[in-house]
Amino acid sequence: MRLELYRVLQQCRRGVLLDLGLSGEHSLELPGCLLYTRCGTVPHLTYHTLCTLKHLPAVTQITLDSLAEHQEVLEEFQEGVRRFAGLKDTLIFCSLHDSAAPNHTGYTTNKTVSVWGSGGRIELTVAQYMALQKAIRPNWYQSMADGETRQLNPTRKRVCKAVDRTLSHLDECLSLHLKTEELRGAEIFGVVEGADVLEERVRSARETAKRPVGGFVLDGFHTEAMSQELRSQLIMAVIKELPENKPRVLLGVGHPDEVLACVEDGIDLFEGFFPFQVTERGCALSFSYTLDPNPESTERNGREFEEIPEHRESETLGHQQKKTPFEINLKDRRYQDDFCPLVVGCGCYCCKNHQRAYLHHLLMTNELLAGVLLMVHNLEHYCGFFCSLRGALESGRLDALKKKVLQGRV
Amino acid sequence: MAASTERETDMGSVNAGVSARRAVSSAPPLALRILAECPVSKARACDLTLPHCTVNTPVFMPVGTQGTMKGITSDQLEDLGCQICLGNTYHLGMRPGPEIMEKAKGLHNFMNWKNNLLTDSGGFQMVSLVALSEVTEEGVRFQSPYDGKEILLSPEQSIAIQNSLGSDIMMQLDDVVSSTITGPRVEEAMKRSIRWLDRCIAANKNPDRQNLFAIIQGGLNAELRKACLEEMTKREVPGFAIGGLSGGEAKDDFWKMVTLSTDYLPRAKPRYLMGVGYAVELVVCVALGCDMFDCVFPTRTARFGSALVPWGSLQLKKKQFAKDFQPIDPDCHCPTCKRHSRAYIHALFKCDTAAMHHVTIHNIAYQLSLMRAVRASILEARFPEFVRTFMRRMYPSRETYPNWAVEALATVNITLD
Ligand SMILES: [Zn+2]
Ligand SMILES: [Zn+2]
Repeated sequence: MRLELYRVLQQCRRGVLLDLGLSGEHSLELPGCLLYTRCGTVPHLTYHTLCTLKHLPAVTQITLDSLAEHQEVLEEFQEGVRRFAGLKDTLIFCSLHDSAAPNHTGYTTNKTVSVWGSGGRIELTVAQYMALQKAIRPNWYQSMADGETRQLNPTRKRVCKAVDRTLSHLDECLSLHLKTEELRGAEIFGVVEGADVLEERVRSARETAKRPVGGFVLDGFHTEAMSQELRSQLIMAVIKELPENKPRVLLGVGHPDEVLACVEDGIDLFEGFFPFQVTERGCALSFSYTLDPNPESTERNGREFEEIPEHRESETLGHQQKKTPFEINLKDRRYQDDFCPLVVGCGCYCCKNHQRAYLHHLLMTNELLAGVLLMVHNLEHYCGFFCSLRGALESGRLDALKKKVLQGRV
Repeated sequence: MAASTERETDMGSVNAGVSARRAVSSAPPLALRILAECPVSKARACDLTLPHCTVNTPVFMPVGTQGTMKGITSDQLEDLGCQICLGNTYHLGMRPGPEIMEKAKGLHNFMNWKNNLLTDSGGFQMVSLVALSEVTEEGVRFQSPYDGKEILLSPEQSIAIQNSLGSDIMMQLDDVVSSTITGPRVEEAMKRSIRWLDRCIAANKNPDRQNLFAIIQGGLNAELRKACLEEMTKREVPGFAIGGLSGGEAKDDFWKMVTLSTDYLPRAKPRYLMGVGYAVELVVCVALGCDMFDCVFPTRTARFGSALVPWGSLQLKKKQFAKDFQPIDPDCHCPTCKRHSRAYIHALFKCDTAAMHHVTIHNIAYQLSLMRAVRASILEARFPEFVRTFMRRMYPSRETYPNWAVEALATVNITLD
């Protein structure tokens, strides 16, 4: 794995990861996002519907939350999750938790972490964690980490303990990694913890950077955990401690505005759970992100504004994450006879073949196809946003992109 | 526009292909060309030309109740070779309703489906799904489950909705009674269905582009069936359905009504057996002379993890498949079997709806390829042998063949070994 930077502006980087995969056949443009999956499947999608997407991320993310319960099966299968899940031609990044799933606290001990599958909690020691990685055979995986401090107001002592534990887990993982034939060629990503305590963040980053890791995972910066201001402050302090030649993955952050800010702070890779969350609440990403060379011409990506406010009642979305200003709620009655595509000009399968009124109907009748079509659109839109972001960095127009993305906000 | 041009071309080629031996019925917008008739049984293979494309029969029509084939996109359904599928008038009439359908310029457009659509009349759902429904000469009166309003579904109303849906084949509103009921109510329902057929024919605004099929009623009573057949076949309708069956009646009664109906139905028009879709029923009823079938079973059972295979079905959620790394059916060419194992689908059922989509795709592929195999055997004059092979594969031994199937096949000269 080799990181090549095309353009660096202060912390912000535009680059590419080269020579990825066992035979070095893959590359990954930065900044970028990972392909979100559960049990090795992009939610709702089959291979056919997935293949309609044009900008698919080269790296697929899987989580132990959805895979730990299948350890025995994977061990018997012997060829890793990529083949088990029928995912051809992709790299696998294995992380601990599903950022779109509810998180649990109170189960982490000095020696173990817990994951939650369909059958409940599974507790893992480092040895079990590594046995699982051996069965999964990822290309990259994060080391075992105590990420519990993303909860509000952990004590300083608890934060310190989380950093210590995470470092000791990393050392154990690294030593087992070397002894595991099946993981030859795979990279461990060290995890930076430290919650909102600046000194602990810096210590965690500095110590992790001393280890032979392939890259860094920045944990505990989740959208719900802190403000963007604090997040940026902490990330910048962390990044100062990290070598330039290794990628930095940020967990738990997916809103476009936060992504833009974190890219400026020096983040290379994001998780892809946000489009899934938007899908689950029956919404379609609709924010603008296309920078037109000619500002006079009509915008290609989406309506600039939704003139009529949507129904209040439809804004309460139960247990789902709250609707963000980057999406439209297709359950709203105003879409029942709206025969426009979800986003005018969008080239996704859904927008090329279906209209808002149809999606509204599918959502109102609880039809499974709603999830399929929304997932296709939201993924395409989100990946398109990252494409545009990379283009903006190349042409030095990040500010223009930020303005564009933020102007649709309510 | 494209559709109508295409239709003319299709009809042209059908007419050009008329030979003395081949029967052609051409009451636009439908043409049935009988390609082969089994020399032993009543089975036949036809090309049924409809406004959106030609359908190769015998055909199984998957059911897309609310304007969608569950989690399958219209492209995926088309890729599976589906030439005609169903939409439900009752459901679509309630949501999104005829007004939206008119604005959407029909169901084909709304769901982006390029091939043919058949819509039912809504009567069956009304009687089976809505608790408070009342049938009078006027129509079926019921309370909307969505807003509690009282609604009357008359023959005219049913056709108006189906006209707004723009389906290639519409079904008449019939007076549906349970197939297990006996007595005067069955006769009343049969006679009312005939009167309603006339009202439906008169109400069809688009006879040039939407076919209206009559539905033969009469319960399990042979005399009533015959009376219904005699009356209905006097009407100028482009096709006939055999209705009022597959509602829990004994299989012995069921097949007798089917074979009686096909005996009296005109040879030159398509015959649609409603609500039938188990593999063995399909094969037997093709032998009895039916051309078209529909059933929710293959897609519904898929969502519960049941995959159809030539030797029965696999309950993929069962633990025994957790480490079974073979495809559902190693001989199946569907996208699911080409890519995924039983073990993976078993695992996926625990966390994502895509597991259902995989099995739905496989089950539709199974039904469609079964019918393609049936058709090929008829065209090659080896249908009876096909039936024997099919039965041997489906059942562990001769003793486990269902009696009704053995008897029904015997009446059309197909003996099982
Ligand atoms: Zn789109
Ligand atoms: Zn298959």
